[in-house]
Amino acid sequence: MSFVRFAVRRVAEMAATLLTASFVVFGAMYLAPGSPASFLLAGRSASPEALAAINAQYHLDDPFLVRYFRWLGGVLQGDFGRSITYRTDVSRLLADRLPVTLLLITMALALVVAVGLFLGRIAAVRGGAADSAVLVTTTFAVGTPSFAAAVLLQGLFAVRLGWFPSSGSGEGLGDMLWHLTLPAIALALYLTGMLARVTRSAMLEALDSEHVTVARSRGVPERQVIRRHVLRNSLGTVLTTGGLIVSTLLVCTILVETAFGIGGIGQLLELSTTTKDFPTVQAVSLIIVALFMAVNLVVDLLLPLVDPRVTLGSRKAAA
Amino acid sequence: MTAVLTRRPGLARIRATGSPLHLLCLGLVAAVVLAALFAPLLVPYDPNAVDLGNALAGPSAAHPLGVDAAGRDTLSRLLLGARTSLLGPLGVVVFSTVAGIAVGTAAAWRGGWVDSVLSRSTELVFAFPGMLLAILIISVYGEGLLAPVIALAVAYLPYVSRLTRSLVLAERARPYVSAYQVQGHSAVQICLRHILPNIAPVVLAQSTINFGYALMDLAGLSFLGLGVPALTPDWGRMVFDGQTAIQHGYPLSAILPCAFMVLTVVAFNVVGERWADRVARRDR
Repeated sequence: MSFVRFAVRRVAEMAATLLTASFVVFGAMYLAPGSPASFLLAGRSASPEALAAINAQYHLDDPFLVRYFRWLGGVLQGDFGRSITYRTDVSRLLADRLPVTLLLITMALALVVAVGLFLGRIAAVRGGAADSAVLVTTTFAVGTPSFAAAVLLQGLFAVRLGWFPSSGSGEGLGDMLWHLTLPAIALALYLTGMLARVTRSAMLEALDSEHVTVARSRGVPERQVIRRHVLRNSLGTVLTTGGLIVSTLLVCTILVETAFGIGGIGQLLELSTTTKDFPTVQAVSLIIVALFMAVNLVVDLLLPLVDPRVTLGSRKAAA
Repeated sequence: MTAVLTRRPGLARIRATGSPLHLLCLGLVAAVVLAALFAPLLVPYDPNAVDLGNALAGPSAAHPLGVDAAGRDTLSRLLLGARTSLLGPLGVVVFSTVAGIAVGTAAAWRGGWVDSVLSRSTELVFAFPGMLLAILIISVYGEGLLAPVIALAVAYLPYVSRLTRSLVLAERARPYVSAYQVQGHSAVQICLRHILPNIAPVVLAQSTINFGYALMDLAGLSFLGLGVPALTPDWGRMVFDGQTAIQHGYPLSAILPCAFMVLTVVAFNVVGERWADRVARRDR
């Protein structure tokens, strides 16, 4: 199978899954007990006129599939409907809040990749005490929920020591970076531990293989063996965790943004869930799912380029 | 993760041997479970007894771990919180394990369209991170413990079913299965009586690891105020309640539940990982 055909097939598969996901996200609202109108009113009583207005605004008199396709058509044009609590377009809310979240996730991702790969490499190459230290540290890192990390970092570095602001997201890039440092660390902690472990075991596996022994016996310098034969070989395994890393970042950002009072889409999802603002919940959920799938797609397409031994389409499931 | 089973790793072979860290973690798991079971007998105070005059007091003889912002005894809330904090993940793990084994076995045994339908739906569930699915369901059905537990169980199901599927496929190729088939045993009988006991340790080890993750996810939902109802003692909820106190420089009532969560999750992870290593001879 040629690369282009493989790419086209993967994109089509992703579109199909995304379509089903959108159906799940939209359909969930209609599983709710009671009529959609009473659900949208969230227990508030309304006059018959108000009820009729709501029915008209959300086209609740149309059959379900008609509504679904109208919503989907809107989504494809960037129109996610109107927020019930904020009384503005959801797309506007998203445009306001997405940049902060993306910046936070990018910072966390940079930390995860830099520190995770470093620790994994040290553990695998040095062994001994370094290995044990990394194992113990990562054991605690993967056992710490991100919100607990957020609260603890906040208590120590923001309140006790006063090095960082304890909440908000700041104005201007420099200020934002300063405000988002602690949240990014809290967000990155769990994944750094996970990536370090994956890197470590992938590198240990590569170190065990015969081509490394051959390279060493031929007198290739150790640095070069590590870089060109061990690290290069374990890159594929590390890359397969990409989708998991990004989806975890997207989910944990809900907790971290709430803990630090950062006005991103994570906090938006939390607020709109508590206030039963369903159009907003739908939009944010769909964006999270879409971002996750997009990253998985990129990983799938990159994998054969990074590791030519991977036959197209037979990506080993990242367990 | 391919599990190569060269012998029948019966449950009886699981012994508490080896590293001190592992023993320590086994002890921790036992301690937390016992604390949760006997919490009502152990607690010194009513967990919801409010004493505003004594709010945020530090550790004292009367309150060994201090009190929170509403003057509630932290030790009592921690002990009783262990019940909710462990019961939720237990529900998630039991449901996802039972359903996951059923789905995975069916997919591997029947093959064909059953397999592809189940694999497709698995991929769809994978697209929804557990917590997102839970939030989606909570936004429809409202807060409570049941909705998130069911949502997380559904989200964890694919991990179990995929593992089960690969294990059953490996078992199916082995001669003893054909032997039973020749003798006229039914598929259900072979799966339940012979394959299931063979794959159980590996699946249960994975479920033990899942327990820690489910605990973190459920605690996260409680922290968002979307999990357990407000007055129920729960570790995640305690961190949420303690966050304002931390801002005012009284971190104890938030740090303690965090520490309990981390220790419990680490203990379950270490025990589960080690078990998985033993039964599946898995590489770390």
